[in-house]
Amino acid sequence: MMVKIQIDGTYYDVKPGKNLLETCLALGIDVPHFCYHGAMGSVGACRLCAVKKFRDPCDQKGRIIMSCMEPVNEGLIVSVNDPDAKMFRAAILESLMINHPHDCPVCDEGGECHLQDMLVMTGHNYRRFDFKKRTHFNQYLGPFISHEMNRCIQCYRCVRFYDDYTGGKDLAVFGSHDHLYFGRGEDGILESEFSGNLVEVCPTGVFTDKTLKEHYTRKWDLSNTPSVCVHCSIGCNTIAGERYGKLRRIMSRYNGAVNGYFLCDRGRFGYQFVNVENRIGEAQIRTSKNSNPVEATPDMIASACAEALSGSKKIAGIGSPRASLEANFALQKLVGKENFFAGVSRTEHTLAKTAIDILQHEAIHSPSLKEIEKADAILILGEDLTNTAPMAALAVRQAARNKGIEVAGNSGIPPWNDYAVRLKAQDVKSPIIMANPFSAKLDEIAEKTYRAAYSDIARVGFAVAALINDGAPGVKGLSKEQLSMAQHIANALKEAKNPMVITGTHGGSEDMVHAAANIAMALFLHGKEGALSIVFPECNSMGLGMMDGKPFEDLAGLPADSTCDTLVILENDLYRRADQSLIDDLLERCKNVIVLDHLITGTTLKSDILLPVGTFAESEGTLVNNEGRAQRFYRVFPAEGTVIESWRQLKELMIFSGNHESASWENFDHVAQAMSDSIPAFAKIKGHMPGADFRILNEKIKRQTMRFSGRTAMNAQFSVSEPKSPVDPDSPLAFSMEGANETPPSSLVTNYWTPGWNSNNAMNFYLDEPNGSMKGGDPGFRLLETAATKHILFFAPVTGAFTPEAGEWEIVPAYQIFGSEELSSQGPAVAERIPEPFIIMNRRDAEEAGVKEHEMIDLTLTRSSLQVKLKIDDNIPAGVAGLSTGLPGMPFLKLPESGRVKNSKK
Amino acid sequence: MFSILRSLWYTFLHAFHKRETILYPEEKPYLPPRYRGRIILSRDPDGEERCVACYLCAAACPVDCISLQATEDKDGRRYPETFRINFSRCIFCGLCEEACPTYAIQLIPDFELSEYNRQNMVYEKEHLLISGTGKYPEYNFYRNAGVDMGVKGKGEGGNEHPPVDIKSIMP
Repeated sequence: MMVKIQIDGTYYDVKPGKNLLETCLALGIDVPHFCYHGAMGSVGACRLCAVKKFRDPCDQKGRIIMSCMEPVNEGLIVSVNDPDAKMFRAAILESLMINHPHDCPVCDEGGECHLQDMLVMTGHNYRRFDFKKRTHFNQYLGPFISHEMNRCIQCYRCVRFYDDYTGGKDLAVFGSHDHLYFGRGEDGILESEFSGNLVEVCPTGVFTDKTLKEHYTRKWDLSNTPSVCVHCSIGCNTIAGERYGKLRRIMSRYNGAVNGYFLCDRGRFGYQFVNVENRIGEAQIRTSKNSNPVEATPDMIASACAEALSGSKKIAGIGSPRASLEANFALQKLVGKENFFAGVSRTEHTLAKTAIDILQHEAIHSPSLKEIEKADAILILGEDLTNTAPMAALAVRQAARNKGIEVAGNSGIPPWNDYAVRLKAQDVKSPIIMANPFSAKLDEIAEKTYRAAYSDIARVGFAVAALINDGAPGVKGLSKEQLSMAQHIANALKEAKNPMVITGTHGGSEDMVHAAANIAMALFLHGKEGALSIVFPECNSMGLGMMDGKPFEDLAGLPADSTCDTLVILENDLYRRADQSLIDDLLERCKNVIVLDHLITGTTLKSDILLPVGTFAESEGTLVNNEGRAQRFYRVFPAEGTVIESWRQLKELMIFSGNHESASWENFDHVAQAMSDSIPAFAKIKGHMPGADFRILNEKIKRQTMRFSGRTAMNAQFSVSEPKSPVDPDSPLAFSMEGANETPPSSLVTNYWTPGWNSNNAMNFYLDEPNGSMKGGDPGFRLLETAATKHILFFAPVTGAFTPEAGEWEIVPAYQIFGSEELSSQGPAVAERIPEPFIIMNRRDAEEAGVKEHEMIDLTLTRSSLQVKLKIDDNIPAGVAGLSTGLPGMPFLKLPESGRVKNSKK
Repeated sequence: MFSILRSLWYTFLHAFHKRETILYPEEKPYLPPRYRGRIILSRDPDGEERCVACYLCAAACPVDCISLQATEDKDGRRYPETFRINFSRCIFCGLCEEACPTYAIQLIPDFELSEYNRQNMVYEKEHLLISGTGKYPEYNFYRNAGVDMGVKGKGEGGNEHPPVDIKSIMP
């Protein structure tokens, strides 16, 4: 149903239930605004979006209203360009500008500043105010965000985002009248995992990107490329900006089905690993196992590789969940299907396979983040989302509000009327149930929390499924608390319209994933959707799981003589995935170890031939996120020196090995095509992504803006004659400021800009409506095909109840947003946020073991021991301890397993 | 007939006028201060670099012959790490000078930029930066900006109130 409204004499058919401002933006009409944000709704605070409303067609005088607070109804007559409204807006801006400093030249926001745009749009070009301005002291806010309070225009967007949207606690507004101060109670690191979004949310330069400051570049000078975040399995869309051959920053790229407007801090600031000293720049060769590697010329590499590959009886390959599908496919082609190993541990491999099978089941729907936001009851089984998939945690926070929005809706308050909705909803929340061994940040929005070991969480999960559907196998011997918890969860899920289950593979428990699947299937039989979201460990874990591969322990377990002569390892540090002795032994046994990687790792140090390959910024490829959505990232800039893309390097290796099948892979499309042809799971990839020959009116899509500067000077120190701009044979994007002027397809948007809107708020004009989908559909497409069977087979519980043993603890992994992910922890900004290794225990358990809080304790596991700091969490059940996992310097630990603790001093 | 003779007469009179042609290069022509010749980077009255590396000159340049990279000193004062002008491309339009918010980049009355080797037309920051203030002796941007970058404290600049005590509830 549509309603007819009149704006400046033109009639439009628009959706009812929206506010006038978002309606205008969806129609492409420029209405200045500050405090309104697509994801956060309106509060009517800044008064800038004033327009004139007329009572009826005879009303000549009209009255000024705030368009963000005006619901769209049939027969609404408004004027945006009315002289009174224009004057009003200019006056508002002039008063906001009274205290704004003379900072634009040294302000990082300059050139993409919402305030600058609004000044030009309202016509307040010259300052008349000639008196003193108020000033503020700034705060230190951590390694990610710079603070410059003088520039504040009091729109409240930052606190609305930080506190209301992400649930942050440590950013607030202080003072009164024109002394308002937005900051922390005292100097310190912003605690929220989403603080980086303040850079984009703030309409001026109060909060700016501190990592960009180190190599500052204006927005117009960046060469931007659509990319996909590689730091977790959610696959948020990003825009990566380059200048002078270095990656300068990551901004969020809108994808209505995935990340919407926002990114987490790991995704935004984790990019620094691309620029670190630790990068492998040149190929290296080691002539014997004990000699030092030396830099090698291309000829030396060619002959060494040819010798290693053609002279081998057996070549094995180990793929990687952090490499693209195409790179893994090229490796599989090089070594053959039977010799291709997935590059993940057996546990992870089995879990990934199980999870993918489950998600492909008829009864199960794998929801996008947008769908998670729409859920009205969520059960989170054993996954600390804030640390393993932060953007999913943000989506859950929005889902928690749905009940409150409904309550407000019953009183006639539309969902966009943010403040009124929150006032009416008060503490009403949708039921979010957190079942996790230790406390998690999401607990604060949870209706109920359940603390237990993974096996008990799984058992309660099975019981929930059995309570929802009789056909699901029940669990015997549950305690009274567990039964009432299961009953409560079952009721909450059954009563909801859109119930959802979220679990993950980080806990390493297959039972838990099975339990989650049982609940989703039981809900399906109960007439619901059967929505189940499973979080995977790495950016392409799902894609790798969809390929035929075996865990690499299968290779290591083979007898020495039949292992392989030559081992090719693709972008993978095996020491993060298995015990050191196992890997040492495996690498020792292989005559030639060829490693392709971009960062120096334990594995690359053991290589006989080390080939430098590009990071996500220097290569292109497809990643499959945890939803099953295939998304392509593109080369941000041509790599320096001998660095080339993994798939190209593997193509060369195939030719060296005498396999000329790859000779026809001239560009990325050819390898993607070969992959879709040979792997049925990826058949849809072919034809779904714009190919390298895609053109708009015969032109490629430009990476650079039309204001891109310094073209004739940036390389002039080498030669005064300008070089030809690099050619990108693999994508429809050009390393140039020349290209199609039309808006490209949604997956190829390089820059958000529309006349009058230089800031990221131009994003709204690329959407069908603010907070909606990209015009032409959201980027990426789902690979998961639901199987044709209607047959529902419930899983049966395997493990028994958890029983603590005296003196022993079950050590469960506590992943950390900063530190547990391999690549992002290499960057200096993220490294500053990495905690020192710690263990979380119950206070009583700690007393029993004779250890004290904040002290270093010795942790002894079956195969290793380490020193960690003790943190007390009274919620963690007796006999269970959480251990920070995957931090730099920590050895590989196969968790969960049992371990003992004792005080280091004794 | 008369007009022809009159023209001849006027032409003849020019033989006694002051010469416009000068014997360049022995004799240098007078060029007004606002003549648009070679580009320099000036310093503020305190002797510090005026350029704040805002990239506006590079953006304004119609032939894209200015390229720079911003960096910051320990106080956070922003300045160009590198600043390069390719004079073989420069058209001396002066748009960079107009765009400059700090009077750092200035065009001076020097047009003698001939080189035998085109590569020598590429000027780096060390070739561009002069020791004086150029045409604008007074202005110091950092004294007027809201940022505190080691030049002045917060609230000590021109037209600034002292920093707010946010705990005060006085109006």
